[in-house]
Amino acid sequence: MADNQKKHDPAKKAPKIQAVSRMKEIMTNYYIDAKTAREQGKKVAWITSGGPVEPLIAMDVIPVYPENHGAMIGASKMGAQLCEKAEEMGYSRDLCSYARADIADSVQKTGPIGGLPEPDMLVCCNNICGTVLKWYETAARYYKVPLFILDTPFVHTEFSDSARKYVLSQIYEYIAFLETHCGTKMNYDRMEEVGRLSVEGTGLWQAVLDTCAHRPAPMTAFDAFFHLALIVTLRGTRTAVDYYRQLLDELNQRIADGVSMVPDEKYRLLWDNLPVWYKTRWLSEKFAAHDAALVADTYTSAWSGMLPDMGGQTFLEAMAETYTKVYINISIDRMFDIVANMIEKYQVDGMVMHSNRSCKPYSLGQYDLRQMIMDRLGVPTLIIEADMVDERAFSESQIDTRIDAFMETLKS
Amino acid sequence: MITAGIDIGSITAKAALIRDGKLAGTSLQFTGYHAAKAGNAVLETLLDRTGIRRDDIDIIVSTGYGRNSVDFADKAVTEITCHGAGAHFIDPEIRFVVDVGGQDSKVIKIDGTGKVIDFAMNDKCAAGTGRFLEVMARALEADLDDFGRISAEADAPAAISSICTVFAESEVISLISRGESRQNMIAGIHESVASRISAMARRVGVTPPVMMTGGVARNQGVVRALESRMDAEIRVSPHAQLNGAIGAALLAARMQ
Ligand code: SF4
Repeated sequence: MADNQKKHDPAKKAPKIQAVSRMKEIMTNYYIDAKTAREQGKKVAWITSGGPVEPLIAMDVIPVYPENHGAMIGASKMGAQLCEKAEEMGYSRDLCSYARADIADSVQKTGPIGGLPEPDMLVCCNNICGTVLKWYETAARYYKVPLFILDTPFVHTEFSDSARKYVLSQIYEYIAFLETHCGTKMNYDRMEEVGRLSVEGTGLWQAVLDTCAHRPAPMTAFDAFFHLALIVTLRGTRTAVDYYRQLLDELNQRIADGVSMVPDEKYRLLWDNLPVWYKTRWLSEKFAAHDAALVADTYTSAWSGMLPDMGGQTFLEAMAETYTKVYINISIDRMFDIVANMIEKYQVDGMVMHSNRSCKPYSLGQYDLRQMIMDRLGVPTLIIEADMVDERAFSESQIDTRIDAFMETLKS
Repeated sequence: MITAGIDIGSITAKAALIRDGKLAGTSLQFTGYHAAKAGNAVLETLLDRTGIRRDDIDIIVSTGYGRNSVDFADKAVTEITCHGAGAHFIDPEIRFVVDVGGQDSKVIKIDGTGKVIDFAMNDKCAAGTGRFLEVMARALEADLDDFGRISAEADAPAAISSICTVFAESEVISLISRGESRQNMIAGIHESVASRISAMARRVGVTPPVMMTGGVARNQGVVRALESRMDAEIRVSPHAQLNGAIGAALLAARMQ
């Protein structure tokens, strides 16, 4: 077959990242723990991926992330079936596919882990989107459990003083909510300890991502998508800190040994938006065949470098600010600054944006952002249209052509 | 040196031969079910026509959606890159290409050497493509080849959705029942196609002079509607449907 890419040469494949097996073990234990919470006399809270999880950990409540579960559904290629089921139940096809897949699996329980452990309470933070509000209200009705909503105002220019007070007062309400439903008081020393671990873990996660600033990169964004799960689910625990230290050591060793994930890395790309979970292997091989490595992404870095300097604030104060200023809760000008920074830091040759049918807050503005990046930084940018979980929104031959054409322009 | 370009599109397969920097011949036929066979057949026809022997061809480049199924090609290159090279060869002044084919439409911004600077594609929906026009021709029981001429007589183009082919078709059917004139409906259909394409073109940023390629370029109605929406004069390529194949043959020559 004629091809404008190199043949896949298995002998040239980079050695696997060893830490992967440890990661799988931790995630398995975590889900076993969550599924057997009742037997252990523990409570389970469902929480949105951008929500402040630290108070839950401090109160010994097991946090469960429906979005992480949605990603697992996507990666197991069960997305289309579950989304269809949700549509049969009456949910619109325009609804986020994490929400559709999770809602359907709550009823059907045929997903990768046979349904999520049922919640005792729900914590919803709207710093990521408005979808989660309605989604969690639905869950609250279905499971008949209490719901706490943390409202984080959008950050247009800066995090104002009134916003700081507003969010912080809700953090205390959040803690009161937990105290009521757990029947115990918050131990604030423990809270600060969890906070320290969270800062340490997210700092280590940033250090892990930073190894890709090295040329050639010891891993790619596709690896980051996988290793992300812990910083989302177990942020604020010793387990996460230890794990990322192990991963960081391994990546540094790869750098020392000259091991790169893409064997002949020539082009360095930046990825925007959520992964296309059911196509990560295909996409990673596709880019590697063009000698292109995705060296960074805006998505996994959303959980990193949290509060490098708490500036004398307590953890709870710092938390109010950090969680409000997450990547998709800020204006496009601030997004541009972050992207421009990453382009420089990781020495990026081009950007690939996933226009994600599901995630409106992430995808809205991408065309403007693209224009800003091309005009001000001269970095070529490609947009591909897909969906993170619903395979029905992915057209392989069309995306194949776009990527090939984009790589041809980068190479010429 | 002789090189060949083969463009396997969704509806037609095209071939072009370049000998020492000049176009030596072209051919075109329906793709049909078997893309690889179509590539071979369209090249054979061209060889017959030009008297060039297969062994005389130094390099073959394939392009189009079926590019990877042309097993005898030396390399596959996307139609984006080929259209840029082809348009530059036909008219070196061109800086922007609008290609509207049977199944997709694309806009390509090129520099003074024919190299692609940016592009956008509509390949998700039949609205804004040749397929859309075919569906409308069927609904109107009209001959697509007459569309350009008929629409020139419109006095007030009908408003027709550019979001979805199926919606647009039902709109046309209700317009027919309301007694709207054919001229206005066809002009409205052209506006619908043009609005979809010009939005995509503006996203990339139109840099005249503009060349239009692809089968739909033969429809003067669409060309006129596009000119006014893009606010730029459009030069229709004399080899509208062959631009991709010509570009592929040119890129083959550069591979030496
Ligand atoms: S809409 Fe986006 S941010 Fe909200 S739950 Fe879905 S993927 Fe997450």
